[in-house]
Amino acid sequence: MKRAILDALTRPAAGPMIRALDRETGQERLIDPFSDETPLGLAARSAARTDVSGEIEVGGRTWFLEVHNPPLELVLVGAVHIAQPLAQMALLAGYRVRVIDPRAAFATPARFPGVALDQGWPDEILGKSPLGTRSALVVLAHDPKIDDPALEAALASPAFYIGALGSKKTHAARLERLSGRGFDGAALARIRGPVGLAIGARSPAEIALSILAQMTQTLRT
Amino acid sequence: MSDELQTAAAWLADRRKVALATVIQTWGSAPRPAGSQIVVRDDGAFLGSVSGGCVEGAVIEAALSTIADSRNRELEFGVTDAEAWNVGLACGGRIRIFVEPVEE
Repeated sequence: MKRAILDALTRPAAGPMIRALDRETGQERLIDPFSDETPLGLAARSAARTDVSGEIEVGGRTWFLEVHNPPLELVLVGAVHIAQPLAQMALLAGYRVRVIDPRAAFATPARFPGVALDQGWPDEILGKSPLGTRSALVVLAHDPKIDDPALEAALASPAFYIGALGSKKTHAARLERLSGRGFDGAALARIRGPVGLAIGARSPAEIALSILAQMTQTLRT
Repeated sequence: MSDELQTAAAWLADRRKVALATVIQTWGSAPRPAGSQIVVRDDGAFLGSVSGGCVEGAVIEAALSTIADSRNRELEFGVTDAEAWNVGLACGGRIRIFVEPVEE
């Protein structure tokens, strides 16, 4: 790998990029998969979308397409107890983690080491740094004033996972409020609630595990 | 972007020599998918994985040779390999790995 390519791939805030490598000649190219319309560029686009690296033949040459996607991101709304193990587990799984909670007493660095903390309102923060295709959002605050605006922002985004903590009853009430705000059934079906896989989770860490498992399932299957 | 490449960049900034090993192709139940990488420093320090730990030692050795002679290498591991009793994949899969220097 040429130093210039490494530098481009490690630039802060770099978007999705593909390194195309011809192993026979050692030639390598850096491809922006969402602007390159050549046959190789289109193959790179498909590799970036599926997040799968591999070899492909284009114009009689074999290229290895190495996918360099931006990191996965998890946004937690509500710096509550469950958010603590979920943030740490998500960090281990390779996510960048952000926690949003306007209540200053909750979102403290001592409770969330290694995590970006935003002590503001979710709709304002998500308006400034929106969710992308590699983002997941989970609302945990139990407070519609905090959770609902975050869900509205997530539904307007291409986030791959949207989860909402709460019982079936809480969730039904939440869906009714959002429906009143103009979201249709297809939009509301994107929200996973009650959140997490049904593994009989009880403790905050077990619930966090069920959520991260469901996020992984949504991303990979 | 990945931790491996970030580490490679940091090592180069420290004027160390670095090689990169990448899983190019897998067959059967290989533990790490194509695109998985290890970065190796000239003193043998490394980050990342290309298997479940079965072949990393051999890959690091090849990477050190690549750091020494600046040449690309290809490695293939699998249970059918002649060296299977020595270095191989217990899972029964097969993997091809490309080793290259990271340099100007």
